[in-house]
Amino acid sequence: MSDPIVTICEHYHRDRSRLMDIVREVQARQGQVSPEAEAVIARELGCKPVEVQSTVSFYAFLSERPVGHIPIRLCNDVVDRMAGAAEVARAFERELGIPMGSVTGDGLFGLHWTPCIGMSDQAPAALIGDLPVTRLRPEDVPELVEILRLSKDPHAIPREVGDGNNAHPLVRSMVHNNIRRSGPVCLSPWPRGEAVHRAAAMDPREILETIGTSGLRGRGGAAFPTGMKWRFAAQAPGARKTVICNADEGEPGTFKDRVLLTEQAGMVVEGMIIAARAIGADEGILYLRGEYEYLRAFLESVLQEYRADGLLGSSIAGLGGFDFDIRIQMGAGAYVCGEETALISSCEGRRGDPRNKPPFPAQKGYLDRPTIVNNVETFCCATRIVLGGAEWFRSLGTESSPGTKLLSVSGDCERPGVYEFEFGTPLSSVLRAVQADDAQALLVGGPSGQFVQEAGFGRTIAFDDLGTAGAVVVFDHSRDLLEIVEQYMEFFCEESCGYCTPCRFGNEVILQIVHRLRTGWGKPEDLDLLRELGQVMRKASRCGLGQTSANPVLSTMDQFPHIYESQIARPRGFDLAAATSQAEALAGHPSRHLEKEGDHA
Amino acid sequence: MPEEVTLTIDGKKITAKIGQSILEAAEENGVYIPHLCALQELHSTGACRVCMVRIDGRYSASCTQPVSDGLQVEVESDELLEIRKMIVEMLFAEGNHFCPCCEKSGNCELQALAYRLGIDSVRFPYQFPQREVDAEHPDVFIDHNRCILCGRCVEASRNADHKTALEFIGRGKNKRLAVTGIVDLDRADKAVSVCPVGAILLKRQAFQVPLGQRRFDHEPIGAEVESRNPEVRTP
Ligand SMILES: Cc1cc2nc3c(=O)[nH]c(=O)nc-3n(C[C@H](O)[C@H](O)[C@H](O)COP(=O)(O)O)c2cc1C
Ligand code: SF4
Ligand code: SF4
Ligand code: FES
Ligand code: FES
Repeated sequence: MSDPIVTICEHYHRDRSRLMDIVREVQARQGQVSPEAEAVIARELGCKPVEVQSTVSFYAFLSERPVGHIPIRLCNDVVDRMAGAAEVARAFERELGIPMGSVTGDGLFGLHWTPCIGMSDQAPAALIGDLPVTRLRPEDVPELVEILRLSKDPHAIPREVGDGNNAHPLVRSMVHNNIRRSGPVCLSPWPRGEAVHRAAAMDPREILETIGTSGLRGRGGAAFPTGMKWRFAAQAPGARKTVICNADEGEPGTFKDRVLLTEQAGMVVEGMIIAARAIGADEGILYLRGEYEYLRAFLESVLQEYRADGLLGSSIAGLGGFDFDIRIQMGAGAYVCGEETALISSCEGRRGDPRNKPPFPAQKGYLDRPTIVNNVETFCCATRIVLGGAEWFRSLGTESSPGTKLLSVSGDCERPGVYEFEFGTPLSSVLRAVQADDAQALLVGGPSGQFVQEAGFGRTIAFDDLGTAGAVVVFDHSRDLLEIVEQYMEFFCEESCGYCTPCRFGNEVILQIVHRLRTGWGKPEDLDLLRELGQVMRKASRCGLGQTSANPVLSTMDQFPHIYESQIARPRGFDLAAATSQAEALAGHPSRHLEKEGDHA
Repeated sequence: MPEEVTLTIDGKKITAKIGQSILEAAEENGVYIPHLCALQELHSTGACRVCMVRIDGRYSASCTQPVSDGLQVEVESDELLEIRKMIVEMLFAEGNHFCPCCEKSGNCELQALAYRLGIDSVRFPYQFPQREVDAEHPDVFIDHNRCILCGRCVEASRNADHKTALEFIGRGKNKRLAVTGIVDLDRADKAVSVCPVGAILLKRQAFQVPLGQRRFDHEPIGAEVESRNPEVRTP
């Protein structure tokens, strides 16, 4: 019998650039990518074992040590914690008899925390194997574990499947779309395939012109004009070009791309085909975050349908020379891979390290080819623009921000879910729609965006006011904002790629100082240090992660200064118990005088 | 396309060759921009961020930014000095740097830069991380305590030695250097000679050059560049 790892490598033609796929399959099959496996892979691909290790050790869903035959990954996002993730974790710990972050003795279960899995509107949520399990309650855990013990298969978990394509035979997940407000661009029916036929009949320059005049700007956060990006790639010399759809959706509190992929996948695919025609690309990649593995088979079937209809593959829509196909590249748990150059590294089978710009992807991207990377929603918009025309698109939204924006709303509100609003909508209207009447703060754009306080609820969703990739998290007056800031900083520490100094260490320092403040040990000079450090990170970090990761602190210091000042003002004596705890642990007994005198604080 | 371009650094006009980075162009013209990860003969990684400048108002790492005609580059300002200082302080707090007992002392670019920038204390909490000293190789020490993750050795091993004997593993604060196997690394490798700090050292070389006679003992880092008697043309 041949080594299964060799077979996997053969399947990918021993192509070093497909290392991500290879190690993901090994991980799925063996529950780990052991050093021995790394050595076999390296031999097969003709690279050094340390290169394989370099990739494996970067991604949270890949591990050199066993993570359990059935890894249970509980989402520890702020919203999930608000919804009771800690109690769910305790229930799992009790049932499995192991603490979080470990594997059962028989190797069957692993229990791990994971950042936002894109289910904030149905928190607390977890991934059991690849399967999302939502709205978890502690009381459900014993039965869940019992079934898993007997079946050893996450798919045996009985579940009421969700709405729409969540019930599709290739999906069958309990996830709900929670589409609360449809709109004319993304969340409404479209004539399948028509946009591709139109694009095939158009001159590429005409497509660039249409997208350009529509005023479409990227929906993934950076708001770069899409027409301009496509034009750069179209003009860049290169025999082969690539179109990449960024479905990494890692920003905590964002889940609208998940809904688009579930319900409007064809629109996304058509947008990619249109882009391919515009820039002259022959290869497309849909980069799907590892957390959305459960959608993969379904998305493959969507691609297959387009191929069967002659809308993907060679001579698309009957046009000779219009050749373009799409493959799905799975991620493996790394927020930074949403950054477009890190995403390209990941597609090439490497660590998700962002790259230096220039060169920009449009000049030199995937495998050094001119490449465009766009968000899922951006491609949906492109499809609709080809159908409805640039003028129509411009009639929606505002002058500077034409069109609509999908918002993923979660947190303290009655109607969490996905909303399609025209740009220019004030936050107050969003709050009314989601039924949140006790909002203390809104986090717009996720932790890399900004906190807004009540006085700012008249501000609007627009690129020249509150630009956002779409996450809106509502916090009511019962929430401790500083605690929330601390949790978001934990996220950034976990997710920094570690390439550059300000991000790798700056996030750690911020977390430590915020923790110090929260526990009453803050010093007045800490506030200045936080501010200065945050500014240095913003200016000097190498990629957008480090450039925005101080935002939870910077924006709350600006909007809610009292949450910091009150901590500094809090008088606090010397905590003798804390100071002697290490010595006590070493001595193996409590300090004598403490027993008598109690708490000195 | 013209071979040369003109740009200004702190108001002074300089000429540079197309393809050069701002950092290279500045150095050629006798302007020192503090830096830790960039090295003339290697591809710049842009990892340390010490070489930050402002180009037409935008913050940018000068080692990865190519020159182009008409750029206005700001190198000296209180704000940029503050950024550089903070980053160097971060590197000291993040690792374990006990200079008095380090063989690199006096030859160390990090230490020399701290002196040059006037850093006398560190504002950040020292982490005292638990890190290893790898002494397995017959000729080379790798002391992870002092590694600043600049990437020079990885870059040199990949693109100069054509070996990829070294790679980074892990991410965030767990990122560290890894060696493929000691057989891959040779004492004559470029990868062994480029470390700016005392993280990669040759064995049996300690104190061959006595303290007091080392590279930065008599001149601050950057003095070499500044002594290039630049032909700086003022507008
Ligand atoms: C840390 C980080 C994470 C990101 N994550 C995503 C993401 O999940 N999805 C996305 O579309 N863009 C993400 N981006 C933005 C991308 O870098 C890029 O700007 C975007 O994909 C371009 O597409 P667009 O122009 O259509 O928005 C991220 C950026 C950073 C810095
Ligand atoms: S590497 Fe440099 S900074 Fe670090 S201890 Fe040695 S001399 Fe000091
Ligand atoms: S060992 Fe030296 S050269 Fe290599 S990354 Fe660390 S500090 Fe840089
Ligand atoms: S490590 Fe990612 S921005 Fe620096
Ligand atoms: S020298 Fe430019 S980033 Fe290190």
